[in-house]
Amino acid sequence: MFEIVNKAKIAPDIYQYEISAPLIANKFQAGQFIVLRPLADSERVPLTIMRADKDNGTITLIVKAIGLSTKQLALLNEGDAIADVLGPLGHPSEIENFGRVVVVGGGVGTAVAFAVAESLKQAGNTIISIIGARNKNFTILEDEFAEISDQLFVLTDDGSYKKKGFVTQQLQELYDSGERIDRVIAAGPLVMMRAVVELTRPYATPTIVSLNPIMVDGIGMCGGCRALVDGKIVFVCVDGPEFDGHKVDFESLMRRNEAYRGIEQRKEHDCKIDQQLAKEDNA
Amino acid sequence: MKDIPLKDRMKIGRHPIPAQMPDERIHNFDEVNLGYTPELALAEAQRCLQCKAAPCTQGCPVNVHIPQFIQHIVDGDVLAAADAILDDNFLPAICGRVCPQENLCESQCVLAKKGQAVAIGHLERYTADITAEARVARDEVVAATPTGKKVALVGSGPASLACAGDLIRMGHQVTIYEALHAFGGVLVYGIPEFRLPKSIVAYEVNGLRKLGVRFEKNTIIGNTIALQELMIENAYDAVFIGAGAGLPRFLGIPGEELVGIYSANELLTRINLMKAYQDNAITPVFSYKDKVVAVFGAGNTALDSARTALRMGANKVYIIYRRTEEEMPARVEEVHHAREEGVEFIFLAAPLEFIGDDNGWLRSARLQRMQLGEPDDSGRRSPVPIKDSNFSMDIDMAVIAIGNGSNPLLRDTPGLEFTRWHTLVVDPDTLETTLKGVFAGGDIVTGGATVISAMGAGRKAAQSINDYLSHR
Repeated sequence: MFEIVNKAKIAPDIYQYEISAPLIANKFQAGQFIVLRPLADSERVPLTIMRADKDNGTITLIVKAIGLSTKQLALLNEGDAIADVLGPLGHPSEIENFGRVVVVGGGVGTAVAFAVAESLKQAGNTIISIIGARNKNFTILEDEFAEISDQLFVLTDDGSYKKKGFVTQQLQELYDSGERIDRVIAAGPLVMMRAVVELTRPYATPTIVSLNPIMVDGIGMCGGCRALVDGKIVFVCVDGPEFDGHKVDFESLMRRNEAYRGIEQRKEHDCKIDQQLAKEDNA
Repeated sequence: MKDIPLKDRMKIGRHPIPAQMPDERIHNFDEVNLGYTPELALAEAQRCLQCKAAPCTQGCPVNVHIPQFIQHIVDGDVLAAADAILDDNFLPAICGRVCPQENLCESQCVLAKKGQAVAIGHLERYTADITAEARVARDEVVAATPTGKKVALVGSGPASLACAGDLIRMGHQVTIYEALHAFGGVLVYGIPEFRLPKSIVAYEVNGLRKLGVRFEKNTIIGNTIALQELMIENAYDAVFIGAGAGLPRFLGIPGEELVGIYSANELLTRINLMKAYQDNAITPVFSYKDKVVAVFGAGNTALDSARTALRMGANKVYIIYRRTEEEMPARVEEVHHAREEGVEFIFLAAPLEFIGDDNGWLRSARLQRMQLGEPDDSGRRSPVPIKDSNFSMDIDMAVIAIGNGSNPLLRDTPGLEFTRWHTLVVDPDTLETTLKGVFAGGDIVTGGATVISAMGAGRKAAQSINDYLSHR
């Protein structure tokens, strides 16, 4: 049912999938996500949607094969069916003409950053995009961003491609050059989003972050994705995933996101799946 | 055998249901109760006085004809007993296991006034289990003439399953939409295997499927398909919303964001729905080995969480409740089983704060002693803090099991009105919502309640939907 119609490895461990899901494609609005189970025994994995093609009934996802379930997904190929895909979930991003918007994307967060940037562009905003990666190999979606951005900055931590440095350095340079910034959108690793939020705080620029916490059901039932925003408990799956970044308690989110790392890595079939993935890469 | 004089029947004591021994069962997730043997069932059935007024039936939310089905057991015709139950309740194997009988049918039993009620729940379970194979074999077909009307049911929990069972037999076309990847709602994500084996839920779902009910998973009404679209594009003539309870409530005290603090829903979902109790499961859970776990709350969900934690290898499990045992909303049998298994109850205590270590993991809780004051709105005496009674407990994990709000997903639907508790507004007589042709029942209307009351609402809604459709 949820057939993979296109699969491409776009960076080490990072795959781009186009999946047949007509009902979800039809309803998708930028900022929303899905919950997916690659196989009938997999975990439920929340993933943001990069784009939807309503005519072909497909959605596009960017997935990093980092846990057991995302590695199971990485082993599936074009023509294979994904066991379960549920969505679109969460509130859509607030899209209107804000003026000049800086969109910051890092890691696989670049996917949702792209979706939001594209919609904001269509709404008449001037889009200044900053995408960052560890090195050249991990730089993703550069062409896609180039198409919808009025200005695009690509950075790598090690300087192996384009400009050397972190996304926050580029953002700071924009402020320093006196650039007017009406809104900032940040999606990526929590450390990156926290750094962006701390940077924009003194300028009081509205800064929206897209959170991706641990989730189980994704439909407002289990409470696993709770986060502290403005001192109150929120549920990212139904209250988010986007929040006012200046009000998010990143410390507790980081701890909760780290909590399962060791447990999952101890699961024994992990190593088998790694061998399979390595074999695929060599083939 | 059949004609034991009334006086003698009243002298027979209630027959306990055979169960796994506590020290054995805390190491597995197999069902705790093993069920009556035919001999025990007959002996228990013979205790029934066959009261003409049948107060037990009045105490049942779906009015199962209890004396009749019990008489069939006495007569040795278990299939007739099953049919007598099925007239009013399609899910006897489930209700026999999870209904709070002591507050419903059994509380009304004449024998309860003088001693112990007839074990109606155990007999219902026995009847359902012993006839399961025979019922599968006989291939029930819908007798009603097809009406050509289509009804969509939102959610696949007990309210929708009961509603579907009636609607399909009335000749309507029925489709159940479920958001998750498995059918049964709270019966699969909430209630643990050791209390309600998932094979029983699957059996009931398959039974409905055989009757012609269609089941669609991964479909969330309000997101994947809008409620209005069901009525217009998908041409449903009526909709039933049985979306159930939703977001877990938290205590709202400092430290609640620490790692090691779960909502009961998250703990139970990981372990039941995602099967994390199985060694080869992919969904991770924190290791419970040698851990001290405190569960806050005193309903069935709290007890399910506590007993699940024990089975996952916890060293010590506490139930902490701000009132006393008397006010506990949980089923009596669950409290009894939990105590047998070594769960320790701390009554009249309420948490004030959770304290973590430098890495943000839970290490202890600060609590306060309570005493009972005046009765509150619910009629229960409300807990009042005792001054200068604070104390600390070292705990490694906490489970918050103090109830749920309603499911939040349909709140943006135009025309659908909610109460200030976020439950759906319905006409109490018809269960119709503020949208024409859209009905609702179960926890989404009442807030967190029982499986049987949700089923009762589902059946009531089915009747209203049938009336509504016959006038169109």
